[in-house]
Parts: sequence; structure tokens; C-alpha cells
Amino acid sequence: MIAERVTAQNISDNEFFYGHKACGGCGGSLAVRMALKVLGERTLLTLPAGCMSAVSFNYPQMSYANNAIISAFAGTGAVMSGLKAGAEAMGLKDYHVLGIAGDGGTADIGLQALSGLIDRNDDAIYICYDNEAYMNTGIQKSGLTPYGSTTTTTPAGSKGKGNIKQKKNLFEIVAAHGIPYAATASVGYIEDFATKVKRASQIKGTSFIHVLAPCPTGWGIDTSETIEVAKEVVDTGLWYLAEFYDGEYHLNRHPKVFSDVTHYIRRQGRFQHLKDEDIDIIIRSRDKTWKRIEGFKE
Amino acid sequence: MIRPSITEKNKIEKLSRLPQGGSCKAGVLIEKNAGWRNKCPVYNPDKCTGCYQCYMYCPDGVISKEGKGISIDYDFCKGCGICEKICKLQAIVMEGET
Ligand SMILES: Cc1ncc(C[n+]2csc(CCOP(=O)(O)OP(=O)(O)O)c2C)c(N)n1
Ligand code: SF4
Ligand code: SF4
Ligand code: SF4
Ligand SMILES: [Mg+2]
Repeated sequence: MIAERVTAQNISDNEFFYGHKACGGCGGSLAVRMALKVLGERTLLTLPAGCMSAVSFNYPQMSYANNAIISAFAGTGAVMSGLKAGAEAMGLKDYHVLGIAGDGGTADIGLQALSGLIDRNDDAIYICYDNEAYMNTGIQKSGLTPYGSTTTTTPAGSKGKGNIKQKKNLFEIVAAHGIPYAATASVGYIEDFATKVKRASQIKGTSFIHVLAPCPTGWGIDTSETIEVAKEVVDTGLWYLAEFYDGEYHLNRHPKVFSDVTHYIRRQGRFQHLKDEDIDIIIRSRDKTWKRIEGFKE
Repeated sequence: MIRPSITEKNKIEKLSRLPQGGSCKAGVLIEKNAGWRNKCPVYNPDKCTGCYQCYMYCPDGVISKEGKGISIDYDFCKGCGICEKICKLQAIVMEGET
């Protein structure tokens, strides 16, 4: 694949997401910051309702230094097409159209708008920052909340053990459209994510990146632990780093031995109620996923 | 370098300063986030090798490259402690906010 690696040495000094009101240690805000550093000032950005718009459009405190607009919750993909059409009509040159939405905004309510965007193949980049719940409204379960996680709509207690559903396979749902470029990433491997944003920007047509982004507030971790946890979820094999292009899946990282899932689970407040047998279910589901993705190219 | 900073002139003191219609100026900051901090990252340039990993991982973008090392914008640092964990050389250490 094209595009040189983005590194701490060659990345732009500019900051386009600054002075925002995200909680300390917010993984989503790091993903947004990085994406804009890679794409630059001439980025037309839309975000639906969710943390990354709520923390930044607090008039007159406007934390995006580039052109940015809030879309309806379900409408990210549609507004991206509109931005693209508008930019073309104005004859703009040398710009990017970017959509950034949460897991709820992408895998649930915004899925049809995303599907339409990919179907139209408009030249735009869609980034889903996945904090694994509807965080902005106080931690409700989304289609990307993992098994066992307690949320306000799947509360752990005498009658329940938290969320009983597995995460939707969003990456493969998107790839199944035959999209030119899709990737998974984690804020724990930030240069990998930044490089994928760069690649996405060089693709003609729609591209999509699903980046895992821990939320200290919703996950019950210390604000300083975000990056460790975002690395650990990859190292345990509970999340994988992959790309889809030219109609084929590519695995970017294949840990020879997975790190300890129990350690990953036990350090997070949202999983405190889980018993060892619940963790076994999580491990079995991970192993099933890895059997399936063995067919990906390395 | 582009990076929003506090500008007094963007305070809305009278009605006529309100934007007309649904759009307004981007990258406008009128208040700091410094008050959120319980702990403060203290930087020791003598231990720093300039790997810039702390700069990459700071969610608030308040660490910038400066010469062979870094500097921290304490107006917007929230004291999350990520930089301390990222720095393998203990060139950043979190201390109690005074
Ligand atoms: C149509 C509609 N339904 C519900 C809401 C309320 N709402 C605002 S933000 C939000 C949660 C967003 O969750 P997610 O997309 O995962 O982003 P996060 O807040 O986690 O960053 C909800 C439910 C809304 N704004 N519009
Ligand atoms: S609730 Fe979570 S995702 Fe939202 S701003 Fe706070 S840390 Fe970030
Ligand atoms: S991580 Fe540590 S050594 Fe590297 S630039 Fe930051 S302070 Fe210096
Ligand atoms: S404490 Fe957090 S916000 Fe402050 S400089 Fe370190 S990483 Fe950035
Ligand atoms: Mg979310």
C-alpha cells in the first residue's frame, strides 16, 4: 500500500482540536486530534451528536480550528456527501471531507447513512471512534459495546451480568460494501492510526477507519491508563489491526502469544462483576474471531 | 504553527457580537482548562532524549516540540498523566497541583 508512515518526526506541528472539554485522558479526543494533524487545515469536518461534538462546539469556545459542522445524529454519511457536493460546486481544490462519529452514531443510528455514502463512493473519509457505548448521554449500550460490560441499559446486578451481546462486526460490514479502503486501529498504536488516516486521504472514493478509543469515564479506568489499555486490547487479541483494500483483507499485526485477557478485564470498572467463567466466554469468542481472520493476508 | 489560543477579543460582551445565522469563527478559545488539574506534569529536560512520544499521545495536544525537547501548555493541560506513563525515561513526572 502507498503512503509513507506518519511518525512523531514527520507529523505536522499544527493543532486543530484544542482547548476542548473532553474528560482528561479521553481516547476519542486523541483520535480526533491525530486525524486533523494528518489531514490539515483544509478539512471539511462533520460530526453528529456525541462526545466529540459536545466537547468542542461550546459557543463561543470553538475548539475546532478547521471548518466543522454538527450533523443530525443519524446523518454523518449524508452530510459528508453534501459537503463533497458543495465543495465541488464551489470549485474547491486540495481539501478533504471528513466525518467523525462515535460507535452509536456509526454502528447503530448512522449505519444507513454510512452505507449510502459508501454506495455513492463519494471521495471522503469516515472515522468511527469507538468508546464502546453511548458515552455522551451517560453510558448506554450500543451495537459496539463488548460482552459483559455494564452500562446503564445493561446494568450488572442480581438480575444481569451486563451486556449479553457481542460487538457488531462493523469493519467487515463496511468492507462487504466493496469499499476502496477500510481499516481498524487503536489509539494505543497511534502512528499506525495516523498512517491509516494518511492512506485513507490518498484513496479516491470512500474510506473508513474504525479506531478503538478508551473512555476513562465509561470504562472505569484511571485517566492515565487510556493508552496502556488501548495497547492491551490489541495485545490480548480482543481487537485486531487490519486493512481492506483491492477487495482483500490484510492483517497488520499478529501477536505470537496473546497477553492476559483476565488482566485486561480486571483493571476496568465496567467488567468488575464478571466471574472467571464469563472471562472464558470472552476468550472463546476471541479465539473464534482469530480462526475466522486467519484467512486475512499478512 | 497553527494552534488556537485564548483571545480576549472573542468574549461576547454585547449583543452585536453574537454571530448572525448558524455559523461562527472556528478555533476560538475564551477560557482555560488548567483548573481541571489535580496533578501537574513536571518536565526535566536533562532526562529527555526528544523521542516526542509524549507529544504524540497527549489527548489535548498541549505538548509541543521545542528545540531538542518539549514544552507543555499549562493553560490547557488537564493533568491526565498519560505523558508520565509514556515517557520511558521519567523526564515527565506527575506532582501534586499546588
Ligand atoms: C436522533 C437523536 N437521538 C438521540 C440523541 C441523544 N444523543 C446525543 S449524543 C448520544 C450518544 C452518542 O453516542 P456515540 O455515538 O457512541 O458517541 P459518544 O458520545 O460515545 O462519543 C445520544 C444518544 C440525539 N442527539 N439525536
Ligand atoms: S465521556 Fe468518555 S468519550 Fe466522552 S469525553 Fe469523557 S472520556 Fe471522552
Ligand atoms: S517521552 Fe520523555 S524523552 Fe520522549 S520527548 Fe517526551 S519527555 Fe522527552
Ligand atoms: S498530563 Fe495529560 S494533558 Fe497534561 S501534558 Fe500530560 S498527557 Fe497532556
Ligand atoms: Mg460511543
